[in-house]
Amino acid sequence: MIETLRQTAVEAKARLAEVEDLDELAELDVEFLGKKSAVTLAKRQLGSLDPDERRTAGREVNEIRAEIETAVESARERLAQAARVLRIEAERLDLTEFRGKARRGSLHLVTQSRDRLEDVFVGMGFTVAEGPEVESAWYNFEALNIPEWHPARGSFDTIFVDLGEPEEVMLRSHTSPVQIRTMENQKPPIYIVAPGRTFRTDTADATHLPAFNQIEGLVVDRGITMGDLAGTIDEFVHTFFGGDVKSRLRPSYFPFTEPSAEFDISRADGTWLELGGCGMVHPNVLRNCGIDPDEWQGFAFGFGIDRLAVMRHELDDIRELVNNDVRFLRQF
Amino acid sequence: MKVTLSWLREFAPDIDGDPVELSETLSALGLTVEDMTLIGDIVDGVVLAKVLDLRPHPAADKIQLVDVDAGDGQARQVCCGAFNMAVGDLIPFATPGTVMPNGLKIQERKMRGEVSAGMCCSGGELGLSDDHEGILVLNDRVVPDAELGMDVAAAIGAEPDVLWDLEVNANRPDAMSVAGVARDLAAALGVDFSFGDYRVADSSAADEDVNELLNVEILDPTLCGRFVATVLRGVTVGTSPQWLADRLRLAGMRPLNSIVDISNYVMLELGQPNHTFDLATIPNGHLRVRRAVPGETLTTLDGLERDLIANDGVITNESDEIVSLAGVMGGATTEISEQTTDVLLEMAWWDPPTISRTVKRLNLVSEASSRFRRGADWGENIDRSMQRFIQLASELGITAVGGFVDVAGDTPDRTPLAVRSAKINGLLGTELSAAEMAGYLSSIGFGADVVVSDSGTEDLAVTIPTWRWDTETETDVAEEVARLHGYENIARTVPKGELPGGLTDYQVRRRLVRQVLVGCGCDETFPMPFLAPGDLLQAGLADNGVTLSNPLVAEQSVLRTSLLPGQLKAIAYNQSHRNADVRFFEIDHVYLPPPADQLLPDEREHLAVALAGEEAPQAVAVLDLLERELGLPNVVLRSASPPGLHATRSAEVIVAGKARGVVGEIDPVVLDNYGVAGPVAWLELDLGELLSGPRLSRKYSPVSKYPSSDIDLAFEVPDEVTAAAVESSLRKAGQALLTEIELFDVYRGEAMGAGTRSLAYRLRFQAHDRTLTDTEVADVRQACIDAVTSHDGVSLRG
Repeated sequence: MIETLRQTAVEAKARLAEVEDLDELAELDVEFLGKKSAVTLAKRQLGSLDPDERRTAGREVNEIRAEIETAVESARERLAQAARVLRIEAERLDLTEFRGKARRGSLHLVTQSRDRLEDVFVGMGFTVAEGPEVESAWYNFEALNIPEWHPARGSFDTIFVDLGEPEEVMLRSHTSPVQIRTMENQKPPIYIVAPGRTFRTDTADATHLPAFNQIEGLVVDRGITMGDLAGTIDEFVHTFFGGDVKSRLRPSYFPFTEPSAEFDISRADGTWLELGGCGMVHPNVLRNCGIDPDEWQGFAFGFGIDRLAVMRHELDDIRELVNNDVRFLRQF
Repeated sequence: MKVTLSWLREFAPDIDGDPVELSETLSALGLTVEDMTLIGDIVDGVVLAKVLDLRPHPAADKIQLVDVDAGDGQARQVCCGAFNMAVGDLIPFATPGTVMPNGLKIQERKMRGEVSAGMCCSGGELGLSDDHEGILVLNDRVVPDAELGMDVAAAIGAEPDVLWDLEVNANRPDAMSVAGVARDLAAALGVDFSFGDYRVADSSAADEDVNELLNVEILDPTLCGRFVATVLRGVTVGTSPQWLADRLRLAGMRPLNSIVDISNYVMLELGQPNHTFDLATIPNGHLRVRRAVPGETLTTLDGLERDLIANDGVITNESDEIVSLAGVMGGATTEISEQTTDVLLEMAWWDPPTISRTVKRLNLVSEASSRFRRGADWGENIDRSMQRFIQLASELGITAVGGFVDVAGDTPDRTPLAVRSAKINGLLGTELSAAEMAGYLSSIGFGADVVVSDSGTEDLAVTIPTWRWDTETETDVAEEVARLHGYENIARTVPKGELPGGLTDYQVRRRLVRQVLVGCGCDETFPMPFLAPGDLLQAGLADNGVTLSNPLVAEQSVLRTSLLPGQLKAIAYNQSHRNADVRFFEIDHVYLPPPADQLLPDEREHLAVALAGEEAPQAVAVLDLLERELGLPNVVLRSASPPGLHATRSAEVIVAGKARGVVGEIDPVVLDNYGVAGPVAWLELDLGELLSGPRLSRKYSPVSKYPSSDIDLAFEVPDEVTAAAVESSLRKAGQALLTEIELFDVYRGEAMGAGTRSLAYRLRFQAHDRTLTDTEVADVRQACIDAVTSHDGVSLRG
């Protein structure tokens, strides 16, 4: 009996090794391990043997059954693996077909530059102040120590607005009015930067726009010196442009600062690039805002934001910044 | 302001050094060098030549043939485009092989078939003058032993010189003169500075007393601080000597005639503008200085009749007729002419604000008025300038009568100013002694005495010179100290502010809005805020934009009240460049007309989102994202037809009960007006109000551990009942058990009939403290059905 059973096991393993689908496997499972299988029948017949024979034969029948069971499992695993391979193959994708479908938008270059500037100054202990773009003569000129007759007024090339008396309301020609608005509303110490749009009667061309963006800085505190101004500019220049870029101040003139200076940054070729204006806040400006110039001193500085974007990205026409051509916007 | 090194050296002979280093020194003084030119530095190969013959080119009208002798006795033919020389003239000639300053290499070649073996040069081509038109004729300029073929530089004895173009700031009237620049530069270099002595020893007219000839009255002393005049006899108008004409040209002024040239020369050299009247046109030599009466007019030298106002300063004759617009421009009737023999020479000091106002109103900027409006020198520089004028005129045989008429008005106070050395050091961050400060100040002509204060500190008594009108205060003096000390010698420090830096909550959330929109695939745009007249109407909006008084172009003469027109233009621009489906956003100011009693416009910060090629629901989706990200409370869409938007596909956005913007689609008519292919989904919000308004707190709510039940309900709903109303009824009925509502299907079609649609909701019910029983779910389901079907015309779909 055991011999016959061994033959059956050999046959079962051979057929299971060749089984090709799960249905066939199920049939073989029944045929070799089911109720009517030789192994099951042999197990039933064990009871008719004497105890010694039964023990020996029983162990052998169990071993044979286990062999067949292992063969069934191995066949099942083989079929499952084949099915997985087929499925994976069937699901093949060329992922390069799907590139470039989803698009995040772009922040405008001016926003990117403005955010970077704000972040640098915030890191240096400044807050960010804002103000209106349409201003009165008081905020744009008079409070800034630029009286009505002053030649500097002409140099601002101001765009006026049809409100109030002639030349009473204008598009602000610099961000400096925010200095006044801040000092009117906040007691020192004051550490602000004020980014925003400014206006001049400049015809739009490759290097000019009638509406452009500047950032202004103002510090008013006890014992602020011109050395602090130079040091602050220097720290900003290092942080924003890189540690190897140097800064320098040259005497200049603005009605709202005294002493006044232009500040330059060094270029790689050793020459200097004029970046903006700065100076110690004029005592008249402090007085105009109700701040005692013998108790408080301050400095202010300002420069163009758009120009930084133009320099950084090597734009050859500043009008790109306002044309809103997606072919431009999406480059950044 | 253009100055040459040689002219500066007339005041400070020891100014010397590398031109580039001198430029750096000038810039460090605040006299920013805009341009530097080395002159008299003539390129090799340009020699003195003589014109032997001139004849027409057989094949060209605009050039002629010239034979020159360049020193070898042979006639060389060249083709030349200038016609200003004559046979026998001496000219600069560039021989073949010469590389011109502009890089052009001169070669023998043929022009229209004629040989041209070199080039006759203009002054401009050689950097000797600004003249680029005619050939530079050197007949009067060559040195006595000059020979043909010599280098031109040697032949004319040209000295190398440096020409600087300086940017002079408005607070530096002194630097509007060669002498003033020399004073500053000499101080920085530590070399001597002095004026020449311009007095003329004897004069044939000196016996005449000027007081017999002239009578000047200042009727308004606030207008004129000083009026000095004399009479010049024997005036003939001719041409100026070459050296003087050359200097004027280098300084950027065109030589005109001897008298005008001297006038300009003195102004450039010493900074004192001056005016000449034909004495014959001034009855009895009587002049009066006063302000104009409104309604008066004057025909100025340029032939234009000027309407005058009460501010303007004028000079009148004895009949009270205006003969000159003081400090700005002379009158036509008293101008000197070829018949003039006697001249009234006037030099005065005018109140700078007065001149500024007149210049601005009449737009009459001139070399003279730009000096007066900065504040000329009312001190001895006027006497010096008179003497200089007379000296230069004397070289032309003109003589001055004896003495000047000198009448005084009000001039600025020059009482010594008390200057605290501690304040200066405290402002600059320096540790200079009073003596060091005094040294800097006296080097540029300030009076500066060290005085010991009551508390024992050393301070300064500073006398500000008359050539520094703009300089008045201790702070102004601090700037002079800083300038001479050198801005770069101030130690750099960083203020130790004790306040933390940071963005405001508003600014942080505005950046968040940008990130949400960028995440939606929107590109940020940044149009200028100007509109053309009619743009608002074309966009369906009220035509109430604030207008500009002096726009550059009409297309930029109105300020926007909405971001809509700018976005439409941006979309139209991109569509015309084959980029149809753009997604744009913009965050920027709009300017609403001022409310009553307010001067300035009602300026607001708006957000706009424009989705070209997309319909209203896409704009609603963007609003939903913003609502979620910003925690906007109680956002409701209220049926409306906002201007410019599609009447049946738009709504007002209500946040916490207040209208904060609009959402939907742009009106197809508006799209047509702007040439935009639709549809365009649109969202515009008052960002300023939204971000400064209330927001939801994000308080923790525990997640239920019990199972949920999902129920689907579909209703037939007439169009008059909004989905928002249905949802509101569902929430009321479901109360706390209804944890989620999803409108998963909207169906309109034949099966539904006109004016009605099917809204299918998936409702999720869940409790926090228990598993809901079937009965509980059935009850709340029924309550929801009852609530929704209580709306008119709403029924449950079987």
